[in-house]
Amino acid sequence: MNGEDAPALLVDHVAIGYRRRGRFVPAVADAAFEVRRGEKIMLLGPSGSGKSTVLKAVAGFLRPSSGRVVVDGRVDPGPGPDRAVVFQEFDQLFPWRTVLGNVVHALRVTGVDRATARRRAVEHLRLMGLEDMLDSHPHQLSGGMKQRVAIARALAVDPLMLLMDEPFGALDAQTRGRLQGELARIVARTRSTLLFVTHSIDEAVLLGDRVVVLAGRPSHVAEIVDVSALDGPDAPGFAGARHRLRSLLAEEGEILDGVYE
Amino acid sequence: MTASTNSPGTLAPSPGEAEDGGRTAGPWGRLPTWLRRTIVFAALIGIWQLYTSASGVSAFVFSGPWDVAKALADGVSSGDLVTSTWTTLRMLGTGMAIGIALTVVLTVLAVTTTLGDDVLTLVSSMINPLPSVAILPLAMLWFGLTDTALVFVTANAVLWPMTVSVSMGLRTTPPTLLMVGRNLGLGRWRLTWDVMMPAALPHALAGLKTGWAFGWRTIIAAELVFGAAGSKGGLGFFINNARYYALIPDVFAGLVVIALIGIALDLVFNVIERRTVVRWGMKEGASA
Repeated sequence: MNGEDAPALLVDHVAIGYRRRGRFVPAVADAAFEVRRGEKIMLLGPSGSGKSTVLKAVAGFLRPSSGRVVVDGRVDPGPGPDRAVVFQEFDQLFPWRTVLGNVVHALRVTGVDRATARRRAVEHLRLMGLEDMLDSHPHQLSGGMKQRVAIARALAVDPLMLLMDEPFGALDAQTRGRLQGELARIVARTRSTLLFVTHSIDEAVLLGDRVVVLAGRPSHVAEIVDVSALDGPDAPGFAGARHRLRSLLAEEGEILDGVYE
Repeated sequence: MTASTNSPGTLAPSPGEAEDGGRTAGPWGRLPTWLRRTIVFAALIGIWQLYTSASGVSAFVFSGPWDVAKALADGVSSGDLVTSTWTTLRMLGTGMAIGIALTVVLTVLAVTTTLGDDVLTLVSSMINPLPSVAILPLAMLWFGLTDTALVFVTANAVLWPMTVSVSMGLRTTPPTLLMVGRNLGLGRWRLTWDVMMPAALPHALAGLKTGWAFGWRTIIAAELVFGAAGSKGGLGFFINNARYYALIPDVFAGLVVIALIGIALDLVFNVIERRTVVRWGMKEGASA
């Protein structure tokens, strides 16, 4: 075990590529950053910049072709509930289980006894405002509710860190804003460690302590911007940080697509 | 079978366009469904009775509904028809149980190992197009005129359509769900059991419906062949025997029982679907 000062996660000059039609296509050339305990790190970049790829490598779904991912002292660990993932897709809940059943299942397979699993599941679902939905099946829920359940499930297994892959990317603007606020409040309270992939500058500034900007193809870390003091759009420096991130992404030429408001 | 498993935003048909599509509803169309169906059913029975009474068709080749109903009642009260039906259902059940067990083993092997996949793909694509009753002569050669031979052809009839559906279901498990399972630390077998098998349930039930229908046709056909060969047994034998003794109403009664069982089993499978995959939003509501 490492001391409290050792980073929860070290992404040590990781390169990742895909094999496509027999050829090796690099997606990430050099990703290097670390995440300390309790820190909220945002991975920001234009589409195709490999930010989800980096997250999948941290989750253990992909192996780096060079460099290493060090999670709590372990090098390139396989997938595990210590890095609970929340995906963008609404179909990440098991449709044959109820809302409560989905969260209980996650706890049960990670070794929690039945009574404790139920109590903790209810507790976390209540935290996400889903106490009236316990016995519903996922298909009866709206997209926003499904993402809430997925977040409750990820939090309930009490992971070393939360990995979120654009969890609000498929939601309408209003729901997204509300969930961003709730997530910010909850992770502040639970002091969770968070690695969050986004392509929205505002989301990155609102939720993050530091923003790791990925750029280039194959991508590298262009800059790491500290936004820890900026927890609302009215905070002094918010506009400045936003501007800085905007110009970093603008160098990519993708700002003209209108993706970044 | 619909492939629309749990895609977000699939909508139930809005009321009004539900049943009658683009057809214009006349006075007949405005009657409730059950009433329309009852009237049509009664009319068909009436035409049947009318034809037998009026045409003077020989009672040795054709029976009217009244005689068939009497034969049914006699068959039930004497126990002949009940015994035959039970024999057939028992063999169908045994054959299906074996077929389902083999389906689970083969498809799980096929999705967990590459060799299993190759073997299953090849074998099922070779055997599936073969009408299942075609292997009856071989079964008779191997097992004689026995129940084992009948169970064998039934299991074979159920197995291949089911493996095709189930392995399709296992293969089309949403990749996000697989990642969620792996993220929870599930190993290969637990992933198959906890994630892939339930995800394959809509396909598995569709396969079971096809499978039982194949098995049902096969066992009746096989029994008819057996009956002709003089072996005692189930409904196929009952029909063949009745023909032999020129008990034509009994022949029809046997056919009615076969049809009724078919309808009943279809209803059972529809109920199972409604209580599981339809309730979970993994399949659009099956119209009854």
